[in-house]
This record gives sequence, C-alpha cells and structure tokens, in this order.
Amino acid sequence: MHEMAITQSMVNLVLEEARKGGARRVTSISLVLGELSGVVGDCVELYFGLMSRDTPAEGAAISIKSVPTRARCRKCAREFEVKDLDWICPECGSVSVELVAGHELFVESIEVE
Amino acid sequence: MEIKVLKDILSANDQIAERNRALLLAKKVTVLNVMSSPGSGKTSLILETIRALKGRVRIAVIEGDIASTIDAQKVGQEKVPVVQINTGGECHLEAGQVGRALDSLPLDQTDLVLIENVGNLVCPGEFRLGEDKKVVILSVPEGDDKVHKYPLLFTMADAVVITKIDLLPYTRFDVPAFLQAIGGMNPQARVFQVSCTSGEGLGEWVEWVTSVIRK
Repeated sequence: MHEMAITQSMVNLVLEEARKGGARRVTSISLVLGELSGVVGDCVELYFGLMSRDTPAEGAAISIKSVPTRARCRKCAREFEVKDLDWICPECGSVSVELVAGHELFVESIEVE
Repeated sequence: MEIKVLKDILSANDQIAERNRALLLAKKVTVLNVMSSPGSGKTSLILETIRALKGRVRIAVIEGDIASTIDAQKVGQEKVPVVQINTGGECHLEAGQVGRALDSLPLDQTDLVLIENVGNLVCPGEFRLGEDKKVVILSVPEGDDKVHKYPLLFTMADAVVITKIDLLPYTRFDVPAFLQAIGGMNPQARVFQVSCTSGEGLGEWVEWVTSVIRK
C-alpha cells in the first residue's frame, strides 16, 4: 500500500547517487527488502516504470533481494526464521524473541553508465 | 560501473523527521505518534486524553486521514489547536507533512502533540515523523491474533493500548495470549487496557502519558 511513496523515495535516492557519480544513465538497481516491511516488489516495479519515465533511470532493471524475517530467542539465543508469523523459539518454545532481520528497506547498489 | 549505495530508501523522510525532532526538542514539546487500524478508537482515546489533562497539559493534535475533517472537528470541540492533514490516498503520514503541520501549531504554548496517524496497521510503521513515542492501539473486536499478523508495528511500539475492553465479554479476545505475545516480541512496551466508554483503565494510560512529557 505504501509502495508509491517508497518507490518515489527510491527513485529520488537513485537519481541523486547517479548524479553524484557523474553517470548518464542508470541500468540496474539492487534493492534489499525485508519481508516484514510489507513492501510488495511487483508494486515497486510497476510504480518505478511510471516514476522513472524521462529520467536517467528510465528502463533500469530492478533486482530485489528479499530478506526473510528472523528472530533470536532471548532465553536460549537460538536464531531462527519466523515462519507463518509464528514468533516462538523452535528450540525451547519461548515466545520471548527479538527481531534480528526482516525490516530491511534499502538500495544496495546501482549499475550506471 | 557499479555504485555502492547502501542507503535506506526512506533516508530522506528520516532526515526530515530529525529536523522535526530538533524543532520539538528546542520547543520542549513531546510528541506521541498514535497508530492503529481504522475504527480501533484512536480519536476516542485522544479525546479522553485531552479531557483528562485539561488545565494541566497544553495539548495540540495533528489529525491524519486519507480524506475528510471529521476527526479534526471532533477534536476542535475540545478547544485545543488541531491541524488536519489529508493524505489524498496515501496510507500513512510522512515527516514532511508533519513538519508543515507543526509550523502552524502554537508550539511555544504547547507541551504535548498527539499525532493521529492514518488508520492502517502496516504502512505507518516505516515512516518516522520525529515523535518521542510510538503508541499502537488494538481494539478488542479486531482480535488478539493481530499482533502476529501485523508484527512490525507491535515490535516498534513504546506503548500498546487495548481499547474497547468493555466488549471483552462478547468476543473471544484472549487477553493473556495477547499479553504473552507482546511481552515476548517487545518486552519494553507498556501495555494498557482501556475502555473510553466506561472509563476503565484510562487513569493508568493518562498517568503514563504524563510521565513521558518532557519537562
């Protein structure tokens, strides 16, 4: 739902980085999206097509690395992937767990000419 | 040529949020960002908070909605400064909108700003506004499982408020299960159980609000 605002921010960030790097054209963009951020990659690509039009990023390929939600048990320190949104330690059954990954939302790199 | 970026997509929003925060610190104003799904009772809790603190704490309100000024009108009847932001479709408030709203509030005569975010249990979590505390509301009819289905907001919350507890006898909301889930996921969060209809639990909530106000 919030992909429009996120994509606009991403386009602005990419164009700024490309400008700083003296690039003429952006050919690809690598994004890292945590599962928990709820950002739908397909929506980002759709909006990107519209928002990058007539900019140096028009036509850039987008690759998305999706990061699964991971948590660490506060009791036994076991790290595990949170599957089916079940926030329970598979080792000791504790529900006292902290989020360690899955909230990522950043541009890793861009490929420019 | 590859350029390493490694920058948060929302870093531009974060920078504006930091500017808001600097202004609020300078003006000694505390801000609560109140988030929940639509209809869970954000406006009611804000109204009760205003009434309880009347004469003691100078409150202003920023209302975020996709459309309409219904909430701003309700809050305005309590004779507090209120700014309505209409996002026109966006499902969350952003720091820039809040910055402009702050500019039109009398911050020198304000102790506490309550921001009512757009009703949504997912999107507002990603956008920092410059707030001191994040408050997440869940109402009894929504069900205790929402903490598992929409974990992001609950992991970020400084306070979680269960509203409409007068409806507990009519639902299957499992309070102990909810408390256990929140306690596991976010042990720092304070949890309150309130009813704006009966007034139950509001005293404890208002006491917490008072305790987080910057002196």
